[in-house]
Amino acid sequence: MEIATRIDRRFKELSGEGRAGLVTFVMAGDPDLATSLEILHALVRAGADILEVGMPFTDPMADGPAIQAAGLRALNAGTTLRKTLEMITSFRKSDETTPIILMGYYNPIYVFGVEAFLVAAKAAGVDGLIVVDLPPEEDQELCLPARTAGLNFIRLATPTTDDARLPAVLTNTSGFLYYVSITGITGAGVPDYGKVADAVAAIKAHTNLPVAVGFGVKNAESARTIARHADAVVVGSSIVETLRKSLDTEGRAGPDSVTVVEKFVEELAEGVRTAIAASA
Amino acid sequence: MPQESLNSYRSGPDERGHFGIFGGRFVAETLMPLILDLENHYEVARVDPAFKAELSYLLTHYVGRPSPLYFAERLTEHVREVAARAGDAGGAKIYFKREELNHTGAHKINNVLGQILLARRMGKTRIIAETGAGQHGVATATACARFGLECVIYMGAVDVERQKPNVFRMNLLGAKVVPVQSGARTLKDAMNEALRDWVTNVSDTFYCIGTAAGPHPYPAMVRDFQCIIGEETRTQMMASEGRLPDSLFACIGGGSNAIGLFHPFLDEPGVEIFGVEAAGFGLDKKHAASLAGGRPGVLHGNRTYLLMDEDGQIEEGHSISAGLDYPGIGPEHAWLKESGRVTYLSARDDEALQAFQLCARLEGIIPALEPAHALARVVEIAPLKPRDHLMVVNISGRGDKDIFTVAEHLEGI
Repeated sequence: MEIATRIDRRFKELSGEGRAGLVTFVMAGDPDLATSLEILHALVRAGADILEVGMPFTDPMADGPAIQAAGLRALNAGTTLRKTLEMITSFRKSDETTPIILMGYYNPIYVFGVEAFLVAAKAAGVDGLIVVDLPPEEDQELCLPARTAGLNFIRLATPTTDDARLPAVLTNTSGFLYYVSITGITGAGVPDYGKVADAVAAIKAHTNLPVAVGFGVKNAESARTIARHADAVVVGSSIVETLRKSLDTEGRAGPDSVTVVEKFVEELAEGVRTAIAASA
Repeated sequence: MPQESLNSYRSGPDERGHFGIFGGRFVAETLMPLILDLENHYEVARVDPAFKAELSYLLTHYVGRPSPLYFAERLTEHVREVAARAGDAGGAKIYFKREELNHTGAHKINNVLGQILLARRMGKTRIIAETGAGQHGVATATACARFGLECVIYMGAVDVERQKPNVFRMNLLGAKVVPVQSGARTLKDAMNEALRDWVTNVSDTFYCIGTAAGPHPYPAMVRDFQCIIGEETRTQMMASEGRLPDSLFACIGGGSNAIGLFHPFLDEPGVEIFGVEAAGFGLDKKHAASLAGGRPGVLHGNRTYLLMDEDGQIEEGHSISAGLDYPGIGPEHAWLKESGRVTYLSARDDEALQAFQLCARLEGIIPALEPAHALARVVEIAPLKPRDHLMVVNISGRGDKDIFTVAEHLEGI
């Protein structure tokens, strides 16, 4: 049996409360590292159950325009993988319980050195990893070493993941399974909610892992709808866009950048929490 | 690498798409089933006589193959004069493999036709591709017109601006050219955008990658389609000289023309092989020489040599040639470098420009700026070889597309 991470404990709590969780995505260092750290705390205050933190990369080939631009803002502000880990360390000084997942692409981790990265990430208080360009076929690269290091490796399943492939995706996945509700890039399109429900049910037939659903969740209403069918709802691009709109013309933090994000996430959290009432 | 030299340099990749540590399948889960499906279809097609016959027919009657292996007599005289001035009696005999005579003006069409026939077998109706200089885009648009397929070409906005004639050609051929505004707005960003399209349009779309890079099976598949260059060279050299060449030269961006020429000769220990990267303003300045100035990393579906900073962020390549202006290289080249079988050199912008002019004036052949990089090293190394040394350089494309770029630079000199 695996060592339980903060992610495992949080899903146990959510299950006890009988509600779905809210997973929020922001890019580390967007628009700068200090504001980004404040935003992480604001997300927790607003009701986020799990934090997903993007590791910026120059070539994010599965991301849409909103998250691409967030990554470029973060890189322009001098964010590196090392600084992202330092920010998590700072966050942990006053928050010991909220699970943190790093999400990004493999190259910065590979260049950092897989073993060194896993040690540093664990020490900083990271609980799980989502690395978009590491399918099960490349598990020996990072997934298996991460598991040994006590980090969850969370994998994405998509509408192209059929019954034949799903077992391969589930093998070595831990923490939860992230179901991507559309074929496409982040921030694009709106899922067919009926199909999402069917897909989650199909996945549940293969695993006891919690299933989080993301891509195309844009507001409290769509968060509420998805929360009826999933163990957690992931929201990314629309939070990142809310933040962008608060920035000045140079892409620097505005006076209300943290508060507008907090307010938007409060609405999302409300949407997710009221979903139980709707289905109960 | 004693193990490789005991066996073969031609057996890669392994079943997981690895050439040593390079290659692999580093893609999003959405694309994994598509890539596995492509691999299965390709494995069936490549040994199917009907597929081979159809491709062969098109290569002969549509592309104009075989392309000639031409004795470059005046360039040979030139390098012998250079040798004589240095008090030496040498100077290699130089042959050009004339890929620039292919339909659409470059080697790109060899690979595109193979992939388009495969797409048709798979029932795909929509073709997407990335392009830098526009040569692969033109070849793809051409094949799509020929087979009545919808065609979308992603091209960095910067490249759209500097390669206008090719954009016009693609439009004439009925393709839709999408200028890519993300990132640095050049070839790597065009590839990112093509991958985003593919992730979105999984059911009907075939991604026709233009070089021997990307996730497995692309590097091996593109190489196989380009190997006709080396296979013909072998036969033609046997016919004209009665033996194999002594050395091969080709330019390298992603490296598809080079691997196509090199691969059939990798297990011939008597054949020296040279790849020439783009050194841009110089290897200590902005350049596009991933092997000379990069290190191993993971981008666009494969592990290979990349130009990047300390944090693993990808850096922009620079070359006068838009076709070499890519911060990575095909994974098989990365492996051939580490195994020592191929020697990788580089040529700067100014050296390529000089070779470009020399070739035009001595041979009446205007090469593309890409193979002009290979020519730059040929005119330097050929004088050092004996007269019976047979040297082949791949003229991978013609220079019509480059005359405005060259004119601009010559005015500046």
